[in-house]
Amino acid sequence: MKPFTYEKANSPAAAASAAAGRSNAKFIAGGTNLLDLMKLEIETPSHLIDVNGLGFDKIEPTSDGGLRIGALVRNTALAADARIRRDYGLLSRALLAGASGQLRNKATTAGNLLQRTRCPYFYDTNQPCNKRNPGSGCAAIGGVTRQHAVIGASDACIATHPSDMAIAMRALDATVQTARPDGSIRDIPIADLHRLPGDTPHLETTLTPGELITSVTLPKLVGGTHIYRKVRDRASYAFALVSVGAIIQRDGTGRVAVGGIAHKPWRVEAAEAEMPHGAKAVAARLLEGASPTKENAFKLSLVERTLGAVLTEAKG
Amino acid sequence: MATVSFSVNGEVRALKLDTRTTLLDALREHLHLTGTKKGCDHGQCGACTVIVGGQRINSCLTLAVMHEGETVTTIEGLGTPEQMHPMQTAFVKHDGFQCGYCTPGQICSAVAVLDEIKAGIPSHVTGDLNAVPHLTNAELRERMSGNICRCGAYSNIAEAITEIAGRPA
Amino acid sequence: MKFDTPATTNPIDQLKVIGHATSRIEGPLKTTGRATYAYEWHDRAASAAYGYIVGSAIAKGRIASMDLSRAKSAPGIIAIVTAENAGKLGKGNYNTAKLLGGPDIDHYHQAVAVVVAETFEQARAAAQLVKVDYTAAKGSFDLSAGRDGAAKPPGRGDNQADTTVGDFPGAFASAPVQLDATYTTPDQAHAMMEPHASMASWEGDKLTLWTSNQMIAWTTGDVAKTLGLPKENVRLISPFIGGGFGGKLFLRADAVLAALGARAANRPVKVAMQRPLMFNNTTHRPATIQRIRIGAGRDGKITAIGHESWSGNLPEGRPETAVNQTRLLYAGENRMTALRLAMLDLPEGNAMRAPGEAPGMMALEIAMDEMAERLGLDPIEFRARNDTQVDPEHPNRPFSQRQLVECMRIGAERFGWSKRNAEPGKQRDGRWLVGMGVAAAFRNNLLMKSGARVRLDGQGRVTVETDMTDIGTGSYTIIAQTAAEMMGVPLDKVVVRLGDSSFPVSAGSGGQFGANNSTSGVYAACVKLREAVAQKLGFNSAEIAFTDGQVSSGNRSVPLGQAASGGELSAEDSIEYGDLAKTHQQSTFGAHFVELGVDVATAEIRVRRMLAVCAAGRILNPKTARSQVIGAMTMGVGAALMEELAVDKRNGFFVNHDLAGYEVPVHADIPHQDTIFLDETDPMSSPMKAKGIAELGICGVAAALANAIYNATGIRVRDYPITLDKLLDHMPDA
Repeated sequence: MKPFTYEKANSPAAAASAAAGRSNAKFIAGGTNLLDLMKLEIETPSHLIDVNGLGFDKIEPTSDGGLRIGALVRNTALAADARIRRDYGLLSRALLAGASGQLRNKATTAGNLLQRTRCPYFYDTNQPCNKRNPGSGCAAIGGVTRQHAVIGASDACIATHPSDMAIAMRALDATVQTARPDGSIRDIPIADLHRLPGDTPHLETTLTPGELITSVTLPKLVGGTHIYRKVRDRASYAFALVSVGAIIQRDGTGRVAVGGIAHKPWRVEAAEAEMPHGAKAVAARLLEGASPTKENAFKLSLVERTLGAVLTEAKG
Repeated sequence: MATVSFSVNGEVRALKLDTRTTLLDALREHLHLTGTKKGCDHGQCGACTVIVGGQRINSCLTLAVMHEGETVTTIEGLGTPEQMHPMQTAFVKHDGFQCGYCTPGQICSAVAVLDEIKAGIPSHVTGDLNAVPHLTNAELRERMSGNICRCGAYSNIAEAITEIAGRPA
Repeated sequence: MKFDTPATTNPIDQLKVIGHATSRIEGPLKTTGRATYAYEWHDRAASAAYGYIVGSAIAKGRIASMDLSRAKSAPGIIAIVTAENAGKLGKGNYNTAKLLGGPDIDHYHQAVAVVVAETFEQARAAAQLVKVDYTAAKGSFDLSAGRDGAAKPPGRGDNQADTTVGDFPGAFASAPVQLDATYTTPDQAHAMMEPHASMASWEGDKLTLWTSNQMIAWTTGDVAKTLGLPKENVRLISPFIGGGFGGKLFLRADAVLAALGARAANRPVKVAMQRPLMFNNTTHRPATIQRIRIGAGRDGKITAIGHESWSGNLPEGRPETAVNQTRLLYAGENRMTALRLAMLDLPEGNAMRAPGEAPGMMALEIAMDEMAERLGLDPIEFRARNDTQVDPEHPNRPFSQRQLVECMRIGAERFGWSKRNAEPGKQRDGRWLVGMGVAAAFRNNLLMKSGARVRLDGQGRVTVETDMTDIGTGSYTIIAQTAAEMMGVPLDKVVVRLGDSSFPVSAGSGGQFGANNSTSGVYAACVKLREAVAQKLGFNSAEIAFTDGQVSSGNRSVPLGQAASGGELSAEDSIEYGDLAKTHQQSTFGAHFVELGVDVATAEIRVRRMLAVCAAGRILNPKTARSQVIGAMTMGVGAALMEELAVDKRNGFFVNHDLAGYEVPVHADIPHQDTIFLDETDPMSSPMKAKGIAELGICGVAAALANAIYNATGIRVRDYPITLDKLLDHMPDA
């Protein structure tokens, strides 16, 4: 871990200006992913701005019947919130499927969205990685790829996004609010937050330097049956091989987002039109253009079968 | 370097530390409270579990300087060999450990898990999200899954926690 | 004490302390965080500096150059030790690859430097500044590719590369029912919770190492050999060990680098190997490819059994002896086994819990299940029909005890085996396909010389000192029980001190030989102490009782402590063994039963129930013995369902080198586990009449799961771990 200076920001403006003044500053909140990566010098900030004191730790109703979740709301608190449990069960379920109790007590809503891939080649600094060291190449391609992306990947990167929560947020059409160093604020639809790797896998989100997530807003109730199904070898405390987050209405219509298969939460609205026709039809559209490796081709049938199980479960 | 002061097991401790020092290393290397263990230093094993502000966390993935004014409870604060916490006694009785290295983390986690259930926090295996969770074997195992025991004492740990959970508070 | 005739009645048979479920005597220390592990001796070396290991970035080749300049000028740096400046280093007797690499590199993450600094944070940061230029060489990293070129390894003792009895090819070819199947087991990691850690302190040319190690005498010798010191100049202290499973049998890089770092820094240095380095830096259980052929008559009797195994290792490394159990476990007149070894440039393969038998049973016990099905026999019945009470290679050599069939029958009764539907894929519970599986458990009982010293003070307190280790096995407690039984004192009058090279040399912890041998050593020392006590107190009779803290004979009874009223009494002895292991095959037996569910849609596998029945001689402490068995069952679940060091065959390293990538079972994977110990004593084994159990517990578990998966789904997977991707294409429509 490289040496860094540390300050606690006590207002959003102070945080923004602290970030604006430095090229290599990072915000830290839960720290569960950032410190992990700093120990390996995958992340090397020279200055840390502790944003835990900014007060973004509430869950409040919005005027149009949704909920605004402060960026600093911990995963445990969010999953346990009575309104989330009642109205956005998918989100609660996705959160509870992730990490461990200890990590969820620390990890924040914003940090969860921004967590970086668990690709083992990204984690091993002896190996080339375009995400860690742009232009160095991708060691995962041609290597051990059971966990890797099957769709939306590129010749530069086949990493996946590890978040469970983000899958639920994507299916719920959440909106991410941010504050920029210049004082401006903006709303980013969750669909536009994460990027595909393309030629620039080191650019994982559409946030600009110094931009700070302040909250995530859930739109008004969407009803339906909420199911999050995470598939993994180990029964707990493991990243998804595949996960399916779905909201299914009585008439069989609904939404579905898939985790564990791409560089971002994978949702294809056109595929959702097929939902009344069953999992096979949905999966076919959802996975159009997939290019798995020999080791992870199983994820294609796993998505279809898991989705089938989810649709069956929704029928009760 | 930075200064930080927090309460550990009821005692206020002021430290001058490298900003890079994790809470785990502050406890082990600076306060010599080595009951909290470093198993992986990356949040992947749970051996470093401590209770901060009433909540269990991995002390390896948090900086000491981020805990100004907070209250930390470690395994040493739960009990002593002469005056053990009931959970510690139950682990001995049910042989809920072997090599002992994950044990402090398991015990801190177990104590916190019972509080989490009392507080109504659901888990991945909770059937009805809107109902009050109860301590079943499945609930306990899911909630304890962030604490790896390679010796494989899980079945006995479950017995120990179940015994304590079944007692009147 | 020479043990060369079968044990008769002795004081252990009183069973006042031995044989009782006893809580660990060190439990209060461990559960309150007061047990001191290797990295934690602040009181002994408060000024210890911190060492951080740099691992090789390539698997094979050479260091072309190293640039330490930036690292050396980093804040707090005290010293950097590399092969270039370490001085001449030897290689330990028990090491295959050298522990400090350079200029030649033998495997990925081989240590190439240790950076010593005032603080851990400084050492870690400076380690990143060590710049190494490598010249990579082409290596061999793929066992399946190396299979054809694999060579016959040299034999060691009774472990010969090839064994044959009768006419295997002829008998197999003519057998009416045949199985010829190939199984694979992957590389596996010990992944003990405490990383390899050591703290070193020099006084002149004398070295004290607080370290985490299973085998104190072996490692003391290898420290001396590696550093070029007389053995008596090395002191090892290892009273608490945070798990080993074979990974801490040997001297490893943390200890060597702590010693070298301390010498260079001129002050104590401690080193804990960082977790992401452990998987490639240290040893692992090597992968195997196993071909098993079984031929049987329609009566279900095996006529031919053959087992071949291929594994890989570094030059001078040894094979994984996965065929061992097949020489002994089942009857059959015509037999063969073969071991072949491929040279691979992966990290060093070595012992992990039940080396040989653990992977061997993973394969053999699937094969037995397959064969039973071909014969239309229940798998328990098939095994019973092929039971043998003698060594099948040497029919005049009986097993000292063999209750394999009893284990299976008793287990079947307890587990409800009769409810199993032999036709696979027929049991459904909601979204789960449910299956049951069984496998035999088998592991040899090994006899090793083991010594101890026992001291008696005027208060009647007994102190045992031996370099035996407790790696979670319960050594402290069973040794205390042994001394209490022998000296007739309550448990709280016994102090046990372990893991110190200044104590008498014991068997150490490994190969499930620790419990039986180390307690027998304590028994021997106690016999001597009893004699000394009797003499001191003037008892002449042979009929002396040591009970309730009193020594009595006839009408005379004296407090035990009185024997030491004029000064402490001390006795030291070892147990040594004669030929009983040659005349009698000593093994431990068991049966594993598993019920599990396979998700009909996703093929996720979740264990529902587990039972192990063990026949392993006298159970010294049912509580800690149960823990050994359930722990082994848990590791067996990992082996069956998830554990695999994934090899990057291009660059030659284990890719998933941390505890997130190398998955081991968590709480949620493990249901309540049942254990049954058959009432057994083995007088051929030792005066304790005990045998090992810690490794028996893992042997066969994974196969029981594999067989249960087959029973649940009808899908036979022969390649471990059995992950959902291997089932998915064959699963029924959900």
